[in-house]
Amino acid sequence: MRQTINKALRYAFAHTLPILAGFGFLGMSYGIYMSAAGFPAWLPLLISVMVFGGSLQFVMVTMLPGAFAPLSAFLMAFMIQARHVVYGLSMLEKYKGMGVKKPYLIFGMCDETFSINSSVTLPDGVDRGWFYLFVTLLDQLYWVAGTVVGSILGEVIPFNTQGIDFVMTAMFAVIFLEQWLKEKHHAASVIGVVSSVGCLLLFGAESFVIPTLLCMLVLLAAFRRPIEKAGEEQ
Amino acid sequence: MTLTEQLLTVGVCVAATLITRFAPFFVFSSKRKTPAFVGYLGKVLPPALFGMLLVYCLKEVDILGGSHGLPEAIALAVVVGLHLWKRQMLLSIAGGTVCYMLLVQLVF
Repeated sequence: MRQTINKALRYAFAHTLPILAGFGFLGMSYGIYMSAAGFPAWLPLLISVMVFGGSLQFVMVTMLPGAFAPLSAFLMAFMIQARHVVYGLSMLEKYKGMGVKKPYLIFGMCDETFSINSSVTLPDGVDRGWFYLFVTLLDQLYWVAGTVVGSILGEVIPFNTQGIDFVMTAMFAVIFLEQWLKEKHHAASVIGVVSSVGCLLLFGAESFVIPTLLCMLVLLAAFRRPIEKAGEEQ
Repeated sequence: MTLTEQLLTVGVCVAATLITRFAPFFVFSSKRKTPAFVGYLGKVLPPALFGMLLVYCLKEVDILGGSHGLPEAIALAVVVGLHLWKRQMLLSIAGGTVCYMLLVQLVF
């Protein structure tokens, strides 16, 4: 038993090593950002354990100081995290029969964990369940550790943090650009940008989120045929 | 927001997250086929959403007043330039952020 666990842990660690750098850096930036926004160190820690989703967590930093708007927060969070539904659907078969490990495997799902667990081919002798569990756990540990280090750094080092909030803009810009370079056609990306700019101009910065989300869904549904066709052709 | 309202907001975000993670395992089974529309949204929603999140980050930028969005534009150009050049995510993010911090602290 112990040997099985050790082997799976070592194998999982090797697979998640590239994620250590990314999650360490982004988690740290998040911690510093939260501390610069004036939040106590326990709050980012709590959020990183419970939410464990970078995009949403960064957006939450801008939500929390604003007006109390639970419905808007829920819709925004649901849409940002909606891709987990697709990850879950792809893992239905693989996570079957995982017993007590299963709730945490589902709870700790993220982009990086999904990309490893959905595609890995394990050699004989490495236990699948323990491997999935350790990948999920290690990825979250890197993120939480980065958050804690960042929150502490933010409080201890008295450097001028003005402008640190741009880390979120830069992160989404890179994700968007990376996507743009990879995708076959830009219909969905363009719909996202056009809907948000349009709604921003119409409704203003305070209340454009919900109209934008609706507008995007309507446009994506309306243009489903041509978009799916464009995806197949090239 | 008061602290209670902030914690409630965190709770709402946690709830939304839990739903997206657990729903597939309760609603669908591996035998039943996933509705095609869900599969379609899974493909097109992320690109649309990241476009929106980028606009969301820039929503407070005032092109007509203040620094006219210049620091943002310059720093974004640095992010894009670095990324097209090296294609290293962390380098592009760190480079753009440091550039922006220097701009708003020292120049604008």
